Amino acid sequence: MFDNLSVNQRAAVLSVVMLVVGLLIWEAAIPAQKAAAELTEYERLTGGGAPKAGVPPPSQVIAKAWEQLSNPFYDAGPNDKGIGIQIGYSIYRVLTGYIMAALIAIPLGFLIGMSQVAYKAFNPFIQVLRPISPLAWMPLALFIIQDSEASAIFVIFICSIWPMLLNTAFGVANVRQDWVNVARTHELGYLKTAFTVILPAAAPTIVTGMRISIGIAWLVIVAAEMLVGGTGIGYYVWNEWNNLDLTSVIFSILMIGVVGMILDLAFGALQRAVAYVE
Amino acid sequence: MSKPFLSIENLTQIYPDGQGGDLTVFENANFGIEKGEFVVILGHSGCGKSTIMNILAGLAEPTSGVVKMDGFEVSGPSLDRGVVFQNYSLLPWLSSLKNVSFGVAARYKDWSKQKVLEHSKKFLAMVGLEGDVIHRKPSQLSGGMRQRVSIARAFANEPKLLLLDEPFGALDALTRGTIQDELLKIWGGTEQTVFMITHDIDEAILLADRILLMTNGPYAQVAESVEITIPRPRSRTEIVEHPNYYAIRNHLVQFLGQRSKELAGKREGETPKAPETIRIDKTGSEEDPVPSAPLRAVNT
Repeated sequence: MFDNLSVNQRAAVLSVVMLVVGLLIWEAAIPAQKAAAELTEYERLTGGGAPKAGVPPPSQVIAKAWEQLSNPFYDAGPNDKGIGIQIGYSIYRVLTGYIMAALIAIPLGFLIGMSQVAYKAFNPFIQVLRPISPLAWMPLALFIIQDSEASAIFVIFICSIWPMLLNTAFGVANVRQDWVNVARTHELGYLKTAFTVILPAAAPTIVTGMRISIGIAWLVIVAAEMLVGGTGIGYYVWNEWNNLDLTSVIFSILMIGVVGMILDLAFGALQRAVAYVE
Repeated sequence: MSKPFLSIENLTQIYPDGQGGDLTVFENANFGIEKGEFVVILGHSGCGKSTIMNILAGLAEPTSGVVKMDGFEVSGPSLDRGVVFQNYSLLPWLSSLKNVSFGVAARYKDWSKQKVLEHSKKFLAMVGLEGDVIHRKPSQLSGGMRQRVSIARAFANEPKLLLLDEPFGALDALTRGTIQDELLKIWGGTEQTVFMITHDIDEAILLADRILLMTNGPYAQVAESVEITIPRPRSRTEIVEHPNYYAIRNHLVQFLGQRSKELAGKREGETPKAPETIRIDKTGSEEDPVPSAPLRAVNT
C-alpha cells in the first residue's frame, strides 16, 4: 500500500506512527489515580486521596501546550509569564552574546588565519580557554560584572566565541593558494582580496563554526538561566520544577528542543547559501 | 642587437635541499622573448620550468638574476602579466562570466559595469562560450570548458605578457586538440606575447614560434632555442604534412630523450650564455625527404 509513496512520504508516515505509538505507551504507562470512593479506609487515612505528583501523561502535556501556546505572551507578575515571553528573553540573551562573540571572533579569526605568527601566538591561549565549561565563568562574571543579566550574556559570549574563532582561522588559513594567486596576479589590494576571494572561499567553514556556536549557546543558556534566575526558558523549567508542575516542565523541555531546531535550521539555510562546489 | 621585449638575465634558483645543503634547480638562465612572440618551454619534470613561470608571474622570487619587461625590472605580480594556471584556478563561487569580469574590472577600473560585461562576453565568445553556459558555475562545466573560461579571463585582461602553465595538462587528448585550436584562434586575433610550459611536443610545435629546451635538473640550463619554421596559420592536420614537421619533432625528441641528460649537471667556470639557436628548414632541399614512417613510432 506504500509502494506509490516517495521516500520522504514513507518516512513521514513512519514518523507519525512512531509518535502515536510512543505517546500511547507513555499514556498507558502512567498509573491512574484511584477515585476516593475506591480507597480503603487505611489509604484515606494516610493521605492516599490527596492529588499525587507524578509524571503526567501526554494528554495533559498536550492540553498544557494548547493552553500555553494559545496565549504565549501573558504577563501576570514575576513568577507567571507566558512561554513566549520566557523564550523571548532566552533568545534575546543568546543573540546578544552570540552577536558580540561573532563581531570579535570573525575579524580576529581572519587575522589569525592570515598570519602564521598570529596563529601560533594565539593558539596556546585558545587551547587553554576553549575547554573551560562556560558555566565555570559564571562566578567570576557575577563578581566582575555585578549584574546577573549581563553575566548570562557574558557566558553565552564566552561559549560561542571559540568555534567561530577556530573555524574562521582554519578556513582563512586553508584558502587554496591558487585562488590567492589569482587575486595577486589581478593586483587586488589587501582588503579587496579579503572580501572578494578569502571571505567567499572560507565562508562555508566560517558558517559551520557559527552553526556549532549557536547550538552550544542554546545549550548553555538553559543552564545559565537556571543559575541566574528571573526570566528565560531555563529559569522557567527550574521554577516549574520548584512548583512540582511536571506538565509544564515537560512542555518547556519540548519547547527548548523546538527553538534549538529552528535556530539550527536557520544556520543550515545560511550554510547552503554560501556553499560552493569545487 | 636591441634588448628584447622580455629579457631573462642570469636567473638562478636555489632551494634548501632539506638536509642542510642547497639544491640548485637551474642556473644562469638567459633568454629573451620578442613582442608578439609565442614561446614554449619544454623540459623534463624538475628542471624548474614552473619556477621560471612563477618568477615571471611575480609569484616567486629568484635566488639571483633579473627579469626585465619593456626595460623595467619585474617584481611582484602585476596585471601586465596574466597567468593561466594548469588547474584553471577559477573561483568556484562565481559564474563563468563573473570569473572573467572580475578580472576585467580589476584591469580597467574606470570602465562602466556594462562595458566590463560586454568585454568579458566578447572574450568568452572567442573561446566558444556563449549563451546560457557563461552563467554556470565552474563546477557545472567540463574540464575543457573551465580551461576556456580561464583562457578567456587571461586574454580579456590584455596583459603585455601571457603566461600559460601547462594549460592543457589536465585535459584529455581530444579536448586538448579543440582548445589548442581555440587558443590559436584567440591568439591570432591579438598581438599577445605568450610564454607557455608544456610536456607535449606536438602541442609545442603546433603553437610555438620558438621552443626553448631545458636540460635536466639540478643545475638545469636553457640549452637550445628551436625555431619552428612552419608558416602560420597552422592547423593540427596540416602541419604534419609540412616537410619541417618531423625534422623538428625528431630534433626535440632526441634532445628530450638523450641530450637533456648528457648536457645535465653542473658546469664550472662557464660564462653564462644565451641558448644556442637551432633552425631546421627542409623546405629547400628536395633530396632529403622527411623520414616520416619510422618517426611515427617515436612516442614521448
